[in-house]
Amino acid sequence: MNQPRRLEQGGLVDRERPVGFRFDGREMQGYAGDTLASALLANGVNVVNRSIKLHRPRGIVGHGAEEPNALLQIDRGAATLPDRRATQTELYEGLEARPAVGRPERDPAAAMGALSPFMPAGFYYKTFMSPRGWWERYEQVIRPAAGFGYAPDGPDPDIYDRRNAHCDVLVAGGGPAGLQAALSAARGGARVILADEQARFGGGLLASEARIDGGPALVWVDAMVAELAAMPEVTLLPRTAVFGNYDHGFVGLVERLGDHVPPQQRTGPRERYWRVRSRQLVIAAGAIERPIVFGNNDRPGIMMASAVTTYIRRYGVLPGRKAVVFTNNDSAYATVAALRAAGASVVVADAREEPGALAAAARQQGVDVRAGSAVLSAHGRKHVTAVTVGDLARHRHERLDCDLVAVSGGWNPAVHLHSHIRGPLRFDHDLAAPVPAPGPEHVRSAGACAGRFDLAEVLAAGAHAGAAAAGALGFEGAVAAVPDTQGADPVPGALRVLWRAPQPPEGKAPAFVDLQNDVKTSDLALAVREGYRSIEHVKRYSIMGFGTDQGRLGNIVGAGIVAELLGADLETVGTTTFRPAWTPVTYGALAGEELRELFQPVRNTPMHEWHVARGATFEDVGQWKRAWYYPRPGESMDDAVRRECLATQRGIGALDYSTLGKIDIQGPDAVTLLERVYTNNWQKLAVGRCRYGIMLDENGTPIDDGVTARLGEQHYLMYTTTGGAARVLAWLERWLQTEWPQLEVYLTSVTDHWATLSLAGPYSRDLVRDLGTDVDLDPQAFPFMSVREGHVAGIPARLQRSSFSGELTFEVSVPADYGLWLWEKAFELGEPYGITPYGTETMHVLRAEMGFIIVGQDTDGSVSPLDLGMHGLLSNRKDFLGKRSLARPDFQREDRPQFVGLQPEDPETIVPEGAQLVRNPDQTTPVPLEGWVTSSYYGARIGRSFALAMVNGGRERYGERLIAWDLDAGAIPVTVTAPSFYEPPQG
Amino acid sequence: MQRYSALNIARHAATGHRHWEPAWRQAAPRRRYRVLIVGGGGHGLASAYYLAREHGITDVAVLEKGWIGGGNTGRNTTIVRSNYLWSASAALYEQSMKLWEGLSADLNFNVMFSQRGVLNLGHTLQDMRDIRRRVNANRLNGIDGEVLDQAGVKKRVPFINTDPGIRFPVMGASWQPRAGIARHDAVAWGFARAADSLGVDVVENCEVTGIRRENGSVVGVDTSRGPIDADRVGVVVAGHAGVLAEMGGFRLPIESHPLQALVSEPIKPILDTVVMSNAIHVYVSQSDKGELVIGAGIDAYNGYGQRGSMQTIEHFLSALVELYPIFSRMRLLRHWGGIVDTCPDASPIIGKTPVKGLYFNCGWGTGGFKATPGSGWVFAHTLATGEPHPINEPFSLQRFETGALVDEHGAAAVAH
Amino acid sequence: MLLIPCPWCGPRDESEFSYGGEAHIARPREPESLSDAEWADYQFMRTNPCGWHREQWLHAHGCRRWFNVERNTATYAIRAAYRLDEAPPHREDAL
Repeated sequence: MNQPRRLEQGGLVDRERPVGFRFDGREMQGYAGDTLASALLANGVNVVNRSIKLHRPRGIVGHGAEEPNALLQIDRGAATLPDRRATQTELYEGLEARPAVGRPERDPAAAMGALSPFMPAGFYYKTFMSPRGWWERYEQVIRPAAGFGYAPDGPDPDIYDRRNAHCDVLVAGGGPAGLQAALSAARGGARVILADEQARFGGGLLASEARIDGGPALVWVDAMVAELAAMPEVTLLPRTAVFGNYDHGFVGLVERLGDHVPPQQRTGPRERYWRVRSRQLVIAAGAIERPIVFGNNDRPGIMMASAVTTYIRRYGVLPGRKAVVFTNNDSAYATVAALRAAGASVVVADAREEPGALAAAARQQGVDVRAGSAVLSAHGRKHVTAVTVGDLARHRHERLDCDLVAVSGGWNPAVHLHSHIRGPLRFDHDLAAPVPAPGPEHVRSAGACAGRFDLAEVLAAGAHAGAAAAGALGFEGAVAAVPDTQGADPVPGALRVLWRAPQPPEGKAPAFVDLQNDVKTSDLALAVREGYRSIEHVKRYSIMGFGTDQGRLGNIVGAGIVAELLGADLETVGTTTFRPAWTPVTYGALAGEELRELFQPVRNTPMHEWHVARGATFEDVGQWKRAWYYPRPGESMDDAVRRECLATQRGIGALDYSTLGKIDIQGPDAVTLLERVYTNNWQKLAVGRCRYGIMLDENGTPIDDGVTARLGEQHYLMYTTTGGAARVLAWLERWLQTEWPQLEVYLTSVTDHWATLSLAGPYSRDLVRDLGTDVDLDPQAFPFMSVREGHVAGIPARLQRSSFSGELTFEVSVPADYGLWLWEKAFELGEPYGITPYGTETMHVLRAEMGFIIVGQDTDGSVSPLDLGMHGLLSNRKDFLGKRSLARPDFQREDRPQFVGLQPEDPETIVPEGAQLVRNPDQTTPVPLEGWVTSSYYGARIGRSFALAMVNGGRERYGERLIAWDLDAGAIPVTVTAPSFYEPPQG
Repeated sequence: MQRYSALNIARHAATGHRHWEPAWRQAAPRRRYRVLIVGGGGHGLASAYYLAREHGITDVAVLEKGWIGGGNTGRNTTIVRSNYLWSASAALYEQSMKLWEGLSADLNFNVMFSQRGVLNLGHTLQDMRDIRRRVNANRLNGIDGEVLDQAGVKKRVPFINTDPGIRFPVMGASWQPRAGIARHDAVAWGFARAADSLGVDVVENCEVTGIRRENGSVVGVDTSRGPIDADRVGVVVAGHAGVLAEMGGFRLPIESHPLQALVSEPIKPILDTVVMSNAIHVYVSQSDKGELVIGAGIDAYNGYGQRGSMQTIEHFLSALVELYPIFSRMRLLRHWGGIVDTCPDASPIIGKTPVKGLYFNCGWGTGGFKATPGSGWVFAHTLATGEPHPINEPFSLQRFETGALVDEHGAAAVAH
Repeated sequence: MLLIPCPWCGPRDESEFSYGGEAHIARPREPESLSDAEWADYQFMRTNPCGWHREQWLHAHGCRRWFNVERNTATYAIRAAYRLDEAPPHREDAL
């Protein structure tokens, strides 16, 4: 197939391996080793996209992370990738790319360009304000214009990997400095990771004709890579972007594993997120060439000079045959050489009055070099056809036909990784750009990112940085030999600062600072004129630098222009903050595999499979899956819960109680701990007895409650709520360690050690007896609120008599592995008693009929035990956590919300939980709120609906009629009662 | 003040937009003002604006240490809502909401308040109880709201993961239609321009280095541009309230934490509303530029580092991908931290301090942006009269002694 | 991502720890003798400095021990970690 701009030879592409792809519906062909961008250029594609605001045609400008225009939608469906830079997308067979902003060739929205005068910077702040409230309507029209791509239409078909790594020296960037740094550090014995975002190491050498050690640079690169690869303590990570530099040596990397492979051949994770903890970091990230702004500088065919060099030398693609090179420094003479070698004609507009030796050499070879000149404007629409070149003194100008403009306005060292961790910057006047100043001790920048460009210097700086990094860790430094170099490309020396060319003779033409966001110099001027003088204000007002290229090309140029407009120097104006990520990072990679069941652990009880088999539905409580209710075929939830409730009253209800938190407390000061964390008294609790307790935070708010049993002289077992177990253990441990280290107490979490079967109902004692036990079950010998250790059904067991339902209850705890067996045994022997499993919903109904609270449902962060009417549980003879807060004036107010019961007037009507209580809901708002409903059920045992609530001064309001109001259920009349509805049976 | 309108843009287009005036003057500080406001964020500028507009007090300067709107105003995720549980909070945020609804017209500056609605998801039965309780309270307080079931959520966000097998299933949500997002920078600029036009001095690059007191009363401040006298000083410095309190010789019940935020690469419109999940602390909206703007919770430890923390971000991105699987292939473009001053009860402090004439407005936690106009409105009243407005009376510093906290953690903070 | 030097286990990743807030706030011995203001001061008031901060950390997914750290809240540098029974290694005026 035809690749009209591919050179006959040269480049690192493999001409034996053609690769077919599609762009905007057209079949095309490139070669293995191409990026999508180089393949598009080879195929003669000029317009790759439209600009976001003005829909101007746009072409490829750069060759890497700085590319502002070529953002394409790759592939389709759930696997599609939006906003991909063609310059960083490796070509693969079958790749499908299309622009998402308009059509490249014939764009119906191209007329937007004509509206440009009415859309200056910040125009939307000045309009779309009327009629009032219409902004959303305008948005409906504005929003679809934004965005460079489409989200996938289904869940991600790929998986992602995450890996932790430690190293002594991490080297970010695998160009000449990075390779030298890695080898020096590794030879000293350090563990080294070398990462480079490209598929191949070499950095700038991949597009260089320099000779190193007498041979081609790439031969040297290959030898370096081979040596490094052979070292066991070195990890080489190509296709790996170092995206962020964080505190304490933490560095984030993302390795591309799948995107360069045709989809049908992909296996394993698509990307891998490396969480690297590096003791030393060498940044060898290179530099980014910046443009010079001129009229219509966005026309396709206007490219960065370094990109032109790269496409010619690395990809064997000549982007144009008739070139104008526009520069203000020496580095573009590499482009001049590359263009000439590829057979293109070249005219140079050099902004410097005395361009120096390189220009002289070019002239000698017949190149038309125009000193003191600039490109003032470009002509042509979908591709540059000519430029107006004039001298900066504005005496002369001339129109030159061309099909390519290569621009170099100097270079910006890539200081991003240095800046991420607040590394200070220094302004380098020779480069007119910020460079790293000595910063965090463990970070060194070497090579172009430190403002050094000469290849020999770069090789030496890399070697020294690597050795210094290793040396700082005590590894005997072995500075890698600095090889001889010849024929290296010219460095950006002798810069003449020029941010923008003078206005062209034919009048104003739009001159773009930020191509991606269509920000023009006139926008910056307007921002400054309107008082947005801080560079941050200018940036935010004009949206310069907010694109996906993060202003890599334009931000410093923009700051330079703002400095000129303000009459300040660039150093004072400063730059904006460099924030991670260096290049965009896939969310899926950062999320890793911590999804679905791995998002948070799922905890199941030993009896879980039995509940599943019985058709239970489940409720998430903390990390636990608890059986919620067990519907029989045809039963609604309400039917099932009523049946389960009555079974506990009439026969036996069985509840899997294993999820309750259990903390084993031992030691001579165990009781002292209980005294301090619980509000009530524990000194007199006898061995074999248990007691309810509630614990408060220091603000006097209940944080957990439960029953604690005294198992021995110095041995207690504390039950916590299901969701609160870990929190309570941490709470106790914290107080013991930080405030009460003198207490000798030992805490062990034993939640998972025990399975607990709670049997409630009049026949529960009979069933325990039938199961067989050596514990005396006689009520006199084993009274309510007691605990016994012995055996049940031959298994070591603990029996506890406490009750959350009001019914006669035996809680049987056995080692967890016996749980299912005992549960099944109980159901086998319990059948004559009508044993029925019940879930958390029935548990809640039963406890609510008794007026027992659920901390977190009936209480919130505003409720105190006084509000709950728990005065009897608040000890007068000791201090406890939170006690002092209860004495504060607001907690003593009589009209605080207090815990009460409610009876709906209609005994069949169930008030929605979360209903608000008012006297009259039909008043004008705001309606005074009298309280709220915390729990509400139909009580099968009491034969009517009821609720628990907090009501202002509620204990004095029993018998008062209120309205429970819910937005869906409406107004429901209720009567305030005591929070107790069920009279438990005796015994 | 030059009026902003489409017509005027067209007029200025004819002259190449060369005749637009500065939105606010570059004021140099005078030696003395009646009222000084320390902090040129949205709240401080709004306070100055309402002081001038509502109370006729224009002898006012706003002192900003850097550039206006450069703190949390310019670093937040721009959500505006008023569906708070407690009546005290509801009154404050609803006052703000009402001001938001007319703000662009009031300021003649489009703050792009987009009432696209906010969903607060519920993932457990208790979440749904809390949601119903809150929405019922809202409605009775005159604030709009609905309780949606899962299908209702799915209707508004079709790609949300409603697989019952996910770890935190979506059971429903509260929905406030009037809530939405706004353009954060515009809020600072719009208030600055409007306050300036009423005679307020907006002084940038002026850092307060000390609070001068005599006999227990404030008499002025020291700044990087010299001392300035004032009868009353209002401090509105989100993220640095503790530092300023130290200058005033007292402490606050505040800890400063970085709030992590991030944006994606811009995509075509896909999300037409704002979705928040308190249980897994991730909230997301789509900006008019197409970026997904994601708030990802606060770092656990005190910090003044306005930068991203991967520890926090990794966790919240898991939550994001869990809830919205189609976002997995999208990419993080930029992330940062904003410093939020958190109070023990997650409610702000607006009112008097132990120093006479010195007033603080702080402790907004993660919720300050939405309150900007309302906060300025009540603080202006407080600065003008020396006494709190009934709306900010419950938000006194005193409440930490009396125990009358306004606990907006609600039920979410405790066990069950 | 902080690297926190646990006095017992050595440097470990932040993800293993939980944070406990400002250190050296002792619980009053007799809370009931305090005024409301004094109690509020203990319970809520914090120094919250922008700079060096002494704070409590728990090695939650490690030895489960609490200890103190001197960390700079502006730079996040950690210059000391010490056991609860040890005195702070830097003087108060160095904070």
